[in-house]
Amino acid sequence: MEFVAFLVLFPFVVAALLACSKNNGVRKVVVYAGSAIIIAAAIYYSVTGFLSGETAYYFTEAGPVNIIMMCGEVFLMCLIVVLSIKHKKILPIILSVTQTGLMLWFELLAHKPEAAEEAHYFMLSDKLTLIMCLIVAVVGCLICVYAVGYLKDYHGHHTEYKDRRSFFCAMLFVFLGAMFGLIFSDNLIWMYFFWEITSVSSFLLIGYTKTEEAVTNSFRALWMNLLGGLGFCLAIIYCELSLGIASLSGLLASGLENSIIVLPVILLAFAALTKSAQFPFSKWLLGAMVAPTPSSALLHSATMVKAGVYLLLRLAPVMEGNVAGTMVSLIGGITFFAASVLAITQSDGKSVLAYSTISNLGLITACAGVGTKEAVWAGALLVIFHAVSKSLLFQTVGSVEHTIGSRDIEDMTGLVRTYPVLAGALTIGIAGMFLAPFGMLISKWAVLKSVLDAGGISTLIVILIVFGSATTLFYWTKWLCKILVQAPKDKQKNKTSCDQLTSIGIHAFLMIALCIVFPLIATNVLEPMIANMFGVSDVLVLSAMDMVIMVVMLVMVFAIPFICSFFAKNAKVTEAKEYIAGINVGTNDAFVDSFYNEKPLTVSNWYMGEMVNVNKWMLSMTWLGSAIIVVFIILAAGGAL
Amino acid sequence: MAKLSKSPWIMHYDGSSCNGCDIEVLACLTPVYDVERFGIINTGNPKHADILLITGGINTQNKPVVEQIYSQMPNPKVVVAVGICACNGGVFKECYNILGGADQVIPVDVYVPGCAARPESIIDGVVKALDILEKKQAEMENKASSEE
Amino acid sequence: MGAVISVVLYILLAPIVGGLLAGLDRKITARMQGRIGPSILQPFYDVRKLFAKETLSIGKFQYLTIISFLIFVIFTGACFFAGLDILLVFFVLTTAAMFFVLAAGLPNSPFSRMGAMRELVQMLAYEPMVLLVAVGLYKATGTFVIKDIISSDVSAIVYLPGMFIGFLYILTIKFRKSPFDLSTSHHAHQELVKGITTELSGKTFAILEITHWYENVMLLGVVALFILNSSVWSIPVAIVVCLLAYFLEILIDNTCARVKWDFMLKSAWIVTIIFGTVNLLILQYLF
Repeated sequence: MEFVAFLVLFPFVVAALLACSKNNGVRKVVVYAGSAIIIAAAIYYSVTGFLSGETAYYFTEAGPVNIIMMCGEVFLMCLIVVLSIKHKKILPIILSVTQTGLMLWFELLAHKPEAAEEAHYFMLSDKLTLIMCLIVAVVGCLICVYAVGYLKDYHGHHTEYKDRRSFFCAMLFVFLGAMFGLIFSDNLIWMYFFWEITSVSSFLLIGYTKTEEAVTNSFRALWMNLLGGLGFCLAIIYCELSLGIASLSGLLASGLENSIIVLPVILLAFAALTKSAQFPFSKWLLGAMVAPTPSSALLHSATMVKAGVYLLLRLAPVMEGNVAGTMVSLIGGITFFAASVLAITQSDGKSVLAYSTISNLGLITACAGVGTKEAVWAGALLVIFHAVSKSLLFQTVGSVEHTIGSRDIEDMTGLVRTYPVLAGALTIGIAGMFLAPFGMLISKWAVLKSVLDAGGISTLIVILIVFGSATTLFYWTKWLCKILVQAPKDKQKNKTSCDQLTSIGIHAFLMIALCIVFPLIATNVLEPMIANMFGVSDVLVLSAMDMVIMVVMLVMVFAIPFICSFFAKNAKVTEAKEYIAGINVGTNDAFVDSFYNEKPLTVSNWYMGEMVNVNKWMLSMTWLGSAIIVVFIILAAGGAL
Repeated sequence: MAKLSKSPWIMHYDGSSCNGCDIEVLACLTPVYDVERFGIINTGNPKHADILLITGGINTQNKPVVEQIYSQMPNPKVVVAVGICACNGGVFKECYNILGGADQVIPVDVYVPGCAARPESIIDGVVKALDILEKKQAEMENKASSEE
Repeated sequence: MGAVISVVLYILLAPIVGGLLAGLDRKITARMQGRIGPSILQPFYDVRKLFAKETLSIGKFQYLTIISFLIFVIFTGACFFAGLDILLVFFVLTTAAMFFVLAAGLPNSPFSRMGAMRELVQMLAYEPMVLLVAVGLYKATGTFVIKDIISSDVSAIVYLPGMFIGFLYILTIKFRKSPFDLSTSHHAHQELVKGITTELSGKTFAILEITHWYENVMLLGVVALFILNSSVWSIPVAIVVCLLAYFLEILIDNTCARVKWDFMLKSAWIVTIIFGTVNLLILQYLF
């Protein structure tokens, strides 16, 4: 219990320290020390948790915590109201006041304490929690370390923005604390409290630069997440008042057969969909790119959006085949496909990453919605791989932006020649996102297999997945080509700070390590997790033969290029210039035009802008998503009444 | 062992010609002459070609292009000058911008005369070029083995 | 044991069969055009010549990517003929194709790079159908394992006629035949020179040819998968169907003019939706 309390509270302590420290050196020490302690604690806690194999229960007595949380909620509401008035926004005020009012009424007047006592604990930690705990701690803290170096560069580049580094770093740690609280909470009211903290802190991080765009985008993120929060709040009230359930485990324990839980489940799923930026709520995540890179990396990989899919994976056992599951898997499948199509049209590196996050989360969401054992297995695997590779990619793109002054993919031509370290990190990240032996592909494989066996609308999901796989392949490969192009450029001096390289390096190592130990993760982590969640004894998703092939492929992917490079070194080849219709000026990057002038040669990637109109797609997907959600919630409400 | 003569791939370059010889070169691919039955392919890419067929003379503008295309063909390679213009500049020889035949810029192995050169003589020229190609191949192999 | 034998046979025989098929292709094409055409063995002569020639290189990566392409294609084919999981085979094939795109996408050459981009569009066009075939075979036979698929009692094509048509459609793209020979072309005087293969020469080009032979044999193997069942008599039928499919591709190649990439993409997806997904939905809800 002490450990859990420590993990939740310590990041807040670090945040407080950071907020007070104005000195850059002190801040760096605090961030490094804080991150190291959190990572060490999380690893120790998770390893012992896994070794014991038992689900642990904490906080049998709420004590004063409920009162503190209530005060916290009121404080968050006041903060939102003040900031909204300052920026003349009305929607967040309505949403925030409504849901906080509802919660206060509920907690003070309508709450039946005996219902809460029934569960006898407020926090629990099972295997899914431990996995999430590791992701949040390792990836999240490394991003904080990265932020130290990044922000120094950032304010060197952007002198027009006010330097609020202390605030920024503090918010990153607040975020981590809230995430720990969220994943450990079993009591719905506790979870809701941490849920709201992540909404508000993401709002503050997105608005960091205080430009007009940043303010607009941050308020968009706020109202969308508050809307989800409202759904969460209604779910809590409904759960307790009509079902007498106060905790997530209570909800899960009531079982799939129990049709009256569909309404709260669908409301919670709705909240999760807003948080994990599925259509129609994707716009807030795209707008979140205006913030400095560490916050995008944090929002996209380890925290925020993962909070949404975490809740969905938790709810998966009670979503299999019912209205809630159908809605979630449908939204997930559509998001996976549509966002990956949109990613093709983008040339801004961060924008491609944002769309791909939405798309991959769609895949996880679809898995959770299908709700079978195998689907949840695949979803959890995706969560792990996606967190590491996406964090790696975001950080590297951020460093590339500072190094070459642009994050446009077209400007990354030949990055492997100029900045080989950054290019290598990007390559590992991209390979992790879609190449064969790496994680995403394993997951996609498992998803297809698992979805096929499920009934209902699974065939529709399969169709969306196969089309989405093709589009995913397209935008990653063209980016990879751009980075690795052998443009005639010279190696440049590394400009990336040590803090950034430390984090990027560890991420790249983790990415490769995850692939290598994948069979171990599958058998020792994921299968017990599924067994634990579904209460079954044996789970076999991938057969031993499949595992063997995966490992063989993995060895091949590393070994073959290595052996080939040995061959290539000794191969008898004659260096030649590239063929440019005989008018190559001799440097491979220019040609002679018909007026005898040298012209630089550029070959840009394809973006299919004439085929896919981004605004139209976004608009139609927003309407489609909204329609699906409205229809299914009405169906669920109709079923419950 | 004839390694090359069974599959000679041709790259056709049109210098400052009147297009007469070019039509005849293409005529070789038609069903009437069908050079593909000898494994001959007209490839548009110097990096895949064994034989460079040049029609038309060399002028100041195409001189560097011819040199570059020749340099981008992998060894062993031969050059066949097709038509009188490619052999020595022909009727355009005295023009202000004409340097002369293909041999002004690259080594020519076979000269096919005619204005325009007939398909039969072009095929004959290519067949002659094949012998030279084999010889060059043998030389290349000898050189490689003596180096080792 | 049977699996080991078929893998060894594949590795040894596939280049021979693939080369002969390529020779047959050129012969039939010539006859369709009223020419005599080269010998059936011409592809072997070509490859022997290419090995004897000097190799021009833009950089060391060319050897690396092309050999990786070859080894991954052989690995894919070996997995396929060993009777393993079909979904896995298709995923590995995608990785192999990735190396091919890299081989062409890495030189700073405009023709090669454009070829690589077009190859990617081709992958975008055929990938959904390829994956759907795996899904369809699962729905029809209840397993992804090739060994079990071919030992089912009824040929998969009985359940998957739409899938079969869809697969033949994208097979034209996979074989890089006209009207979908966008990324490269067998004919001179194209706007793209030789597209994706422009910068390959000598040994690297020869290795690429051999890789295509391996790949083509595997793709025809997928065609056979639709036909094969537990009966021995399905084997000759499957061979005949493969040859007919190959002949159909040659016929299409010689009778269709090249189309633009957007037509290829849209038509391939429409065919996938009409034949692939409708077939799948019928299987799901009516059987």
